Amino acid sequence: MTPDGPTSEVTDVDPESRSELDRQRQDSSEPSPELAPPRITSSAIASTPAGSRADTEAKPGLSVKLEQLRAFYGDAEQVKGIDLEFRANEVTAIIGPSGCGKSTMVRCINRMHEEIPGARAEGRVLLDELDVYDPSVDVVAVRRAVGMVFQKPNPFPTMSIFDNVAAGPRLSSRRGGDLRAMVEAALRSAGLWDEVAERLDEPGAGLSGGQQQRLCIARSLAVDPEVILMDEPCSALDPIATLKIEELIDQLKTRVTIVIVTHNMQQAARVADRTAFMLGGELVEVGPTQEIFTKPNDSRTEEYVTGKFG
Amino acid sequence: MSAFGAPGERSESGQLARYAVSPARRRKDRLARGGILACTVIALIPLALIVYYLLRKGLGAWSTSFFTTDPTGNTFFGGSSIGGIKSAILGTVEIVALASAIAVPTGVGVAVWLVEYGRISWFAQTVRFFVDVLTGVPSIVFGLFVYIVLVVGTGSSYAGYKGSIALALLMLPVVIRSAEVILLLVPAALRESALALGAPRWRVIFNIVLPTALPGMVTGVLLAVARAAGETAPLLFTAAYTQKTNFNLGGFMNSLPVQIYKDVTSPTTAVVNRAWGAALALVTMILLLNLIARLIARRSRLA
Amino acid sequence: MDAAAIPGGERSVLERSPLARLPDRALKYGLTALAALILALIVYFFIRLVGQARPAFAKEGVASFAFGNDWNISAERFGALPLLVGTLITSVLALLIGVPVAVAAAVYATELCPLRLRTPLTLLVELLAAVPSVVYGLWGIFFLAPKLQGAEQWVADRLSLIPFIGGGLVTIPNYFITGLVLAIMILPIVSAISREVMSTVPVDHKEAALALGATRWEMIRLAVLPYCRSGIVGGAMLGLGRAIGETIAVTILIGDAPRLGHHLFAQGYSLAAAIANEFGEAQGVHRSALFAAGLVLFVLTLLVNAVARLLVSRAARANSSGAPVGSQAAGGMTALADTAAGA
Repeated sequence: MTPDGPTSEVTDVDPESRSELDRQRQDSSEPSPELAPPRITSSAIASTPAGSRADTEAKPGLSVKLEQLRAFYGDAEQVKGIDLEFRANEVTAIIGPSGCGKSTMVRCINRMHEEIPGARAEGRVLLDELDVYDPSVDVVAVRRAVGMVFQKPNPFPTMSIFDNVAAGPRLSSRRGGDLRAMVEAALRSAGLWDEVAERLDEPGAGLSGGQQQRLCIARSLAVDPEVILMDEPCSALDPIATLKIEELIDQLKTRVTIVIVTHNMQQAARVADRTAFMLGGELVEVGPTQEIFTKPNDSRTEEYVTGKFG
Repeated sequence: MSAFGAPGERSESGQLARYAVSPARRRKDRLARGGILACTVIALIPLALIVYYLLRKGLGAWSTSFFTTDPTGNTFFGGSSIGGIKSAILGTVEIVALASAIAVPTGVGVAVWLVEYGRISWFAQTVRFFVDVLTGVPSIVFGLFVYIVLVVGTGSSYAGYKGSIALALLMLPVVIRSAEVILLLVPAALRESALALGAPRWRVIFNIVLPTALPGMVTGVLLAVARAAGETAPLLFTAAYTQKTNFNLGGFMNSLPVQIYKDVTSPTTAVVNRAWGAALALVTMILLLNLIARLIARRSRLA
Repeated sequence: MDAAAIPGGERSVLERSPLARLPDRALKYGLTALAALILALIVYFFIRLVGQARPAFAKEGVASFAFGNDWNISAERFGALPLLVGTLITSVLALLIGVPVAVAAAVYATELCPLRLRTPLTLLVELLAAVPSVVYGLWGIFFLAPKLQGAEQWVADRLSLIPFIGGGLVTIPNYFITGLVLAIMILPIVSAISREVMSTVPVDHKEAALALGATRWEMIRLAVLPYCRSGIVGGAMLGLGRAIGETIAVTILIGDAPRLGHHLFAQGYSLAAAIANEFGEAQGVHRSALFAAGLVLFVLTLLVNAVARLLVSRAARANSSGAPVGSQAAGGMTALADTAAGA
């Protein structure tokens, strides 16, 4: 396991060398700290209590690669042949105007898209060289490996805080002390433990909006996924709660790969390592966040980020 | 073999093996889904059996004379001398028609009052509560009510119209509730635009609200009628029973459900067959009413 | 309408004449009177029923009537316990058999069924409500009871050591077959209400469960069933109310024995059956005792239905997340269920 990396903030990293880093990280089972410094902001360090360092241990995540992904609602093609890679242990933001297919595309990654009657997907979604759409793959297992946080916080209304987080592990028959440890670890990772440790038996729906969303994040973390998909997770929250979640995202990426759909470009600029811009179901451009926002290659990207439409 | 493999098994991507679904979970899922499907099939079997048996035993009893002759008590000789079910059918039609004539205007009137005038006042809530109470009353108790007031109370004997009153009481809560639901679905904007044109309230109700709600209310009424047509208990001590065709609602009246009930306990097979024929006729009538009700509901602009 | 200006007149320009306002006021007061009349009528009926029942209570005493185990017409003794027990046994049986099947059918229709099959399936289950109770009695006594008698005897023999279930001789009218047919009769209403409540589960919660890596059944267990708990219980109670009040089918199928049946497959009696069977020829105190039985029935179903509606409307309101149509949905749910399933 990689120990916590250096605390210096890594700013401009050359795109070329970054992919080299990723490749090396995936090849070796024990990545060396000098080659793969996790990008941790100083504020994240400050808010991480000393005792919980072990729970936020970095571990190599998995990359997700979309190959010619197309998504349909009946006959209407919403996502039109996308090739995109989400690099391991990075935060990738998907931005674009309403209806451009960003949520649809992301829901294809954990195969939630096909839950809608009449909806289907074509193409390949490779989770570390494994196509999740392969007929031999169990969709239930895919959804375990790829977690999801939704736009509106949705803790299970009839369950307590503990039961909400424990729901996932209980599916694989975790019990007793084992279960309690997992719940605590997940709540700590979501930055919620201190606030709810005294009232784990209270209903999950009794928390504030921001707390509920962090509860949902803890719920996803409890099954130890490789990737977490976030579909506009802060759009229903106030600015302070949003900030807390963004800090959380920054901490979490050392353990999971994060894909975040957002219509808030400032948010993308704050949290994402790379950003992808979608328009009308197609991928227009993808690259390091700084580049997308300061010197985009495509004129459509420039128009969008400067607010000319959308 | 799934690339996710079984827990602990080495696969292409070692990291992903731990997400595999245990066979126990998969088994439980299959079992549960199978059980649910089985229960659904079980739920449908009785209907199939009833329809089959009704057709098998009932169709045999049907003939022209079956529908055009009155039942006779002459069961000793069996065969055609037991007659048909003419008076039963006519009786049901008469009693239910009168019951509807009582229940529908009253029920719609109360529903209109609830939606347009009473709204959420305490009085309206009380009325709603009592209507709710009425829905749960067993049908035989309605018969008892009418018996107490109209038979014992007046000292007179059974009569067809008394059966109609009992059935009307039965239909009333159903009509009121379904009418209320439909009336609530009429958009407020519709009412308001009519009122804004200067129309008085009663015109808005009769010319705008009721016509819009009409198909939905007809559906509710037809379903209530279908239910009333099948009720036996309320008629036992009100309209009582007779075998002759009777167009005078002031006297004893026959009806399909009561006729069937009387015939069920008969030792003569021919009479029991007559009961099956009558049952088929009754169910056909009710199913037709249900079908028409659903067709009208589908054409309604509201629900 | 003379809303036009009347120069120098007593009325202002915009006022309507009393004549023009007449239809409105007539309608309003007429309908209000109608509603009040309905209220008064129900109360009046209740009072008269109590009045007719009083002689029986006076003779036996309320407690002895309700719990006395001796319904003997010739001896003029009217302890209604066998009737009460019969009503309860058959109704509970109906619940035990009918509710799981009804809820399962509702789960299938809302969660597992292929989309095109959903409407036909729902329709078929609701058609069970269109069959009148006398036909259920007819079918039960001539088709179902004989067919099952062999199996019932087998069960009674196999389980002869278990009290109440085993060890007796199976008669054609008996508690079990009554409970079974009652279960079929309450299927539509329990299923309809369960289905209504289940369809209001927000997609969000179901997706959250699936996204955690839950199988279909686990998702139903996590997100659907807990959400619908009170609604389903309410629906079950409405079914219970229906079963308690059912007269004709029970009269045909339960038999004629005004004593406590010794086992599940014996004959018995019920409150409604007693009224249906004996009322025609009852005189004096006997008749009053039957009215008392009717009163007990009335109060019982009242209580059960009141609790049921409370549960269902609370479930509907809580689950409609404050949408303005919320309480309408609550009323609509039960109203639809009533008309469709003949409560």
